[in-house]
Formats: sequence, C-alpha cells, structure tokens
Amino acid sequence: MEQMISLKNVFKYFGEFRALNDVSLEVAGGERVVVCGPSGSGKSTMIRCINRLEEHDDGEIWVNKNELTEDTRNIAQIRKDIGMVFQQFNLFPHLSVVDNLTLAHMKARGLYKADSTDLAMTYLNRVHIPEQAMKYPAQLSGGQQQRVAIARSLCMQPKIMLFDEPTSALDPEMIKEVLDVMIELAEEGMTMIVVTHEMGFAKKAADKVVFMDEGEVVESAPTEQFFSQPESDRTKLFLSQILTH
Amino acid sequence: MAIKTGRIAALRAKRKRNSIITDTFQLIILGGGLIWLLIRGAAEMHYVWQWHRIPQYLYKVIDGELIFGPLIDGLLVTLEISVYSIVLGLLIGLVTAFLRLSDSYSGKLLATVYLELVRNTPLLIQLFVFYFVLGPIFEIDRFWVAVLCISFFEGSFAAEIIRGGILSVPRGQTEAGASLGLSRAAIYRYVTLPQALPIILPPLAGILVNLIKHSAIVSVIAVFDLTTSGLDIISETFMAFEIWITVAAIYLLITISLSVVISRFERYMKRSTLAG
Repeated sequence: MEQMISLKNVFKYFGEFRALNDVSLEVAGGERVVVCGPSGSGKSTMIRCINRLEEHDDGEIWVNKNELTEDTRNIAQIRKDIGMVFQQFNLFPHLSVVDNLTLAHMKARGLYKADSTDLAMTYLNRVHIPEQAMKYPAQLSGGQQQRVAIARSLCMQPKIMLFDEPTSALDPEMIKEVLDVMIELAEEGMTMIVVTHEMGFAKKAADKVVFMDEGEVVESAPTEQFFSQPESDRTKLFLSQILTH
Repeated sequence: MAIKTGRIAALRAKRKRNSIITDTFQLIILGGGLIWLLIRGAAEMHYVWQWHRIPQYLYKVIDGELIFGPLIDGLLVTLEISVYSIVLGLLIGLVTAFLRLSDSYSGKLLATVYLELVRNTPLLIQLFVFYFVLGPIFEIDRFWVAVLCISFFEGSFAAEIIRGGILSVPRGQTEAGASLGLSRAAIYRYVTLPQALPIILPPLAGILVNLIKHSAIVSVIAVFDLTTSGLDIISETFMAFEIWITVAAIYLLITISLSVVISRFERYMKRSTLAG
C-alpha cells in the first residue's frame, strides 16, 4: 500500500533539549500504528510535528505526498488530511456539542449550517451520543467529551487520525467506551497513529507498534512480533513494567 | 420536604431583610458623616451656600423653550470625548494586544515601546506633547488632540487586559482549532475571543470608568468639557463648593450608569456561555 505518512531523519529541539533524535517512521494508508514509551520519550512531540503543532528542526515529514514546510498553504493542506484527538479533549467550552462539530466546517470550508449539522449528527451517531448534541461540553462525562472530540475530528473527513494519549485523562470506567470507538474506526480502515499506554488496544487494533525512548525510535515491529519477541532490552524492560500490572 | 423548603426560604428572606437594614444603617452613617464634614468645613470658612443659583447653569427655560446651561453643554462634550475615546481606545488596545502576541519581532517591539512609554509617564505631560508637538504638525484641533491622547492612554491599559484575557484561554484551544484547519483569524474570532471576553470584561469596565474621569484633564488645553465649564463658572461666581459638588455628581451619575450597563451585559454573557 502507498505511503501516507513518512518521517525521514527528523530532529526537534526544545532549547538545548533534544526531543526527537533522528526519528524515521513510515505509515501506509489504512495502517494503524501504536506509539508507546516512557513519558518524555518524544511520542507526543513526534505526532504533534506531523500536523505542525510543533515545527521540526531538521529532516523531512511527508503527509499524503505533501512535504511539511514553512509554506502555509502546505500546512493548511496537510491539516485538511489529518484529524487530531488530544489528551485533554480540547472541546470548545463556549459552544454546544453540535456547534463544536460544525464550527470548522462552516468557518474553514464554508459549508451551510444545515448541511453541516446533518454531517455533525451523522458523526455523533457514529460515536454513539447523538442525544447529547445540544449539551455543552462541561455537562458531559470525560468519556463522552472525548468521543465528541473524536467526532469533531472525523467531521472534517480526514484521511489520517492522530491520537495523543486519548484515554490518559479519563477515569478507568470511561476508557473502554473511547477505545471501543477507536477500534470501530480502525476496523473501518482509517489510517491511525495512536500514542497510548493501552497495550490491550495495541494488541487488538494495531498493525504495528513503535517503542520510543529519549527521543529515538528504539523498536518498530508488527504487533504480534513486538509483544512476543521484542529485540531491544529497553523494550523488554518497558514491556515487563507496563504489562505486570 | 415542602416544609423544609419553606423554612429555608423564610430564613433567606430574614437574612435579606437583616442585610438591607444594616446596609441602610451603614449608608446613613457614612453619608451623614461626609455631609457633616462638608458643612463643618464650609462653616469654618464662613462659606455662604447658594444652591438656588445652580439650576441656571444646568438649564434655563426661555419663552417655554428649554436651553442647556454651560454644565450640560460641557457634559455633552465630555460624553462626546468619552465615546470617541472608548471606541478608539479599545481598537488601539486590541491591535496592541495582537501585536504583542504576534510572532513579528518589530510588531512586538512597537507595542512594547508604546506600552512602556504611555503607562510610565504622566497623562498631563502626554497631553502637552500631543497638544504642542503633534497637534501643530498634523494640524489636529484640540478636541481631537484630547480624544487621541486619552485613547492612547487608556488603550495601553486595555491592551494588557485584553492580552491577559487571551493568554488565559488554554493553549489546547488554539491547537484544537488549528488541527481542525481553522485559520489564525478564525481561531481568534470563534475560539479564543469568545472565551477571553468574560474574563476581559470586568477589568475593562474599570478602564472605561477611568476614561470618563480622566477626560477631565482636557480642561488644561481648554476643551470645553464638563470640568472646564465648572472651572469657568467658579471663576465668575466663586461658588466653588456647589459647582464642584454638582460636577462630581454628574460624573458619578454617568460612571455608575455605565457600570450598571456593563454588569448587566456581563450577566447576560455569563448566562449565554454557561447556558443550559
């Protein structure tokens, strides 16, 4: 399958700190990749570079045959192809759920309100909360908020979805409802990069698992192989720590 | 359950009654004290009160026609200056706030120099600079000199309030907007500003009230506002106490009405953002 995302020798610095150190990654269309690793290992930074929430300092990032450069037209095109879900949901608190979904449509794509609302309802149905459409984010549980955030991104009909620790801010009983939606999405063939510690999700939905540490990709392998026979000692250590409880 | 609710309501009503009584009591003591001080002060100076001469400076009725006196004429000028300055000042504040938040080095520098200069020098000296230096160069008349000077002065304070409000909106909001493909302008307009506004509004109300009071300074460049009219009348009649009290009361009336309007608007905003 053709390449959807490709990172070639990417470096990123925060001052003196090297957040990404020669990171390369290939993601094919329809592929689901889980990125894991200890905190501060550069996982979030890497996916934030892919839609230009962070600027990489060296190397190349290609998304759907467009290279990510200073050029704002390129950035706009790439953001059109990518949806992103954040750890803290980042719903717009001053807008109702349905308005959260329609805002970008109407203001970035110039859709009419009625068309946009229809589309919004379709995606709220897909994340199983159409009845919450008129509520405000603060009235929803964390799990519901995160599902709204997923629907909001899907609404823009992206080719790729990035998830930045989507369940880390959730109470345990709400994690499942969000993961279920993500698994459904994976089964429908969406290209996904998911930063998460949920190894259960990785085993169930991922084609490939990437392990990062200190800004480097330590190991990248098909899911099956990653869990059964990890090569690097650091990966083994991480897995033993994360899987024992 | 019903009994309980009834009791709570009764208790609340009682507390409210009590607070009204104590409030009134406090107000009488405070107001009485102030008036007593004023009368004592005037008596010490053997001041002769001539309140009956005041109304003619507010209005006259000649041949059944109502004619404004100099104080009301002055008030109209004060209001005119205030309205222009509020609009211009807010605009300057908004632009400056955006410049300070922008990535442009020269924009940031310009905004910072303006802010530091205006906020750290006396308004009176700024007014003289505008009047004696900029006025003649650009051929601006004294009314607009006054408006410009006050706008730039209050705009600098407004800028910091607006900037603070915008910065108080979490960064994730902007990132969410950007990741959805909204342009920078659209993010400001539909995401950041609506959330910043309820935070900006209360301190901004203070600035507007200040602006009206500060506009009194234009009397030094002989713009005929409320204060200048008051000064004029005093120099003719020597009724310093009556005129100053009247002038102060008029300022109070405007600023308090403004505060009421703004607090209503705030409540409306709160209701619409936290609706449901």
